[in-house]
Amino acid sequence: MLSDVDLSRLRWRCRRGFLENDLVLERLLSARGNQFTDDEHTQLKTLLELDDNALWDIIAGRTNEFPADTRPMVQTLRDTLTKH
Amino acid sequence: MAQTIHKYDAVVVGAGGAGMRCSLQLAKAGLRVAVLSKVFPTRSHTVAAQGGIGASLGNMDEDNWHYHFYDTVKGSDWLGDQDAIEFMCREAPKVVYELEHMGMPFDRNPDGTIYQRPFGGHSAKYGEKPVPRACAAADRTGHAMLHTLYQNNVRNKTQFFVEWMALDLIRDSEGDVVGVTALEMETGEVAIFHAKCVLLATGGAGRIFAASTNAFINTGDGLGMAARAGIPLEDMEFWQFHPTGVHNAGVLLTEGCRGEGAILRNKHGERFMERYAPKLKDLAPRDFVSRCMDQEIKEGRGCGPNGDYIALDLTHLGGETIMKRLPSVHEIGKNFANVDVIKEPIPVVPTIHYQMGGVPTNIHGQVVVPKNGTPNSIINGLYAIGEASCVSVHGANRLGTNSLLDLLVFGRAAGNHLIDTALASKSHKPLPANAADYSLSRIDVLDKSSGGEYPQDVANDLRKTMQLHAGVFRTQASMDEGVSKVLAIDERAKHLSLKDKSKIFNTARIEALEVANLMEAAKATMVSAAARKESRGAHTVDDYGDTPEHPLGRNDVEWMKHTLWYSEGNRLDYKPVNLKPLTVESIPPVKRTF
Repeated sequence: MLSDVDLSRLRWRCRRGFLENDLVLERLLSARGNQFTDDEHTQLKTLLELDDNALWDIIAGRTNEFPADTRPMVQTLRDTLTKH
Repeated sequence: MAQTIHKYDAVVVGAGGAGMRCSLQLAKAGLRVAVLSKVFPTRSHTVAAQGGIGASLGNMDEDNWHYHFYDTVKGSDWLGDQDAIEFMCREAPKVVYELEHMGMPFDRNPDGTIYQRPFGGHSAKYGEKPVPRACAAADRTGHAMLHTLYQNNVRNKTQFFVEWMALDLIRDSEGDVVGVTALEMETGEVAIFHAKCVLLATGGAGRIFAASTNAFINTGDGLGMAARAGIPLEDMEFWQFHPTGVHNAGVLLTEGCRGEGAILRNKHGERFMERYAPKLKDLAPRDFVSRCMDQEIKEGRGCGPNGDYIALDLTHLGGETIMKRLPSVHEIGKNFANVDVIKEPIPVVPTIHYQMGGVPTNIHGQVVVPKNGTPNSIINGLYAIGEASCVSVHGANRLGTNSLLDLLVFGRAAGNHLIDTALASKSHKPLPANAADYSLSRIDVLDKSSGGEYPQDVANDLRKTMQLHAGVFRTQASMDEGVSKVLAIDERAKHLSLKDKSKIFNTARIEALEVANLMEAAKATMVSAAARKESRGAHTVDDYGDTPEHPLGRNDVEWMKHTLWYSEGNRLDYKPVNLKPLTVESIPPVKRTF
């Protein structure tokens, strides 16, 4: 479970340059609230460091080139995108 | 507690294309430049720009800056200032080549020159035939531009303050701008940036509407800062709509859909554009298609359980064509509308895309206001550039590819003007006493709040109201009603409450501060729109239709003028449109037909 500060920081870094990413990340945060494990938190932070287009290409499944240790969170984001 | 004071030659608020083009110019000249940004620079909304940069390079076909000038004046529906439009179109090739030399990866022709693609509204020989004028980096021009500018800024030692939100302009007793206050999100502390000049490059306020293609960060922060500092906002009634945003999501479906043969249908399955535009049908201009869609919805022919959207039908194109030519549309349908566009239509609505108005400036980016009978009196120490500004090159309607061009040309011009006026050798004007008090008091009110509404609830009501009363289809009665409603929401926004009163990374506080900025942009839009008693460009009002005296509802005698909205007193003023270009003959107003 994330602390309030960690969740706030994460919420802010989910503010992106274009709407598609904003919407997917908003869905994820709405669904999960502060219920992220430490591993998931770390993976998500790693992905949020990427540029918006790189992140979107990964989420939309246009590429499978992503940091290897983020695979579970990539799948979570892809599920969040497609199962709504 | 005394505030930390940071001292710079120039402080740029916003790290999108305009802000970083300007900061680069200043940093290269050896000036000390700080750039404040709510998010990491390469995640600014410029990254969403796909189309390209308009410039008459003539790489594909004969072209020159005067054709581009003509197209832009006509596109603006004669509300654009022709001096600014001439300046922009003349400078366009220069800023593109500069960007190329910085390393921007433009698409190329076989001979190595920059490839240019055609775009709506761009023509050769004064409307005679389309001309390829858009310089692009695939469909990621904004992305490539931001990266190029960011890397060059880092190389030239621009100092970035990331996850800082600028709050208020600091003006001295003479009205000059001498700095800005800003909130560091990580600590929750407010600091003062003492500067010889402040440049607003904060982008648009597209999030004042419920249906918007804009990212969540587009909350019009620079507009709010200017309005609170007594500076008017210009032509805020003019917002560009895109006809095919996904219903309830806003994500844009490219115009290529209709180009490939997609059809807009109402709830009866009727191809209604045949009634409105018998020749062009679904390929009529953006603003026209948007208004027809809205009319269908308002007259009860919208689709879905609430009758609030239009169906975009691609099914007749076949799966092979869709997957080959419009794969991103298939992807967006699946992910944001739960629709397989090969098998069923996708719900769409006209969606806010771009803000034509903003903080009034001249061609150097200097902010100008009426004073002592002069319509464009300069405010010392303050500049505005990009979508946050109104110079005004877009007038009542922007041409595609002119937004990226605007931010490059005027970002660079503002930088050059500061260099030419010897900013480096000037000294800082003293800060007024208690320079941060106003910002601190705004935060104090939030911290002591109780019993009020949460920021997002008020913001959502504002968005719904703006969508209903200042959307693509406007009537005088609806706009008048909208003014009352927005002013009522403004009262509610003065009494927001925060769940969380902590200091460190308090996003609730940041969102409340953003709501204050959204309110200023929304009031300016609603009040300016209700006051303009004509149809012009993107501001099309049902009450002011096509008559022999006023073709297409445009009334040049009474309304060929710029609106100026002041927050204090919620009052309006007007100033003339500059019809005189810098060096050439004026393009006289005629009926805008295509």
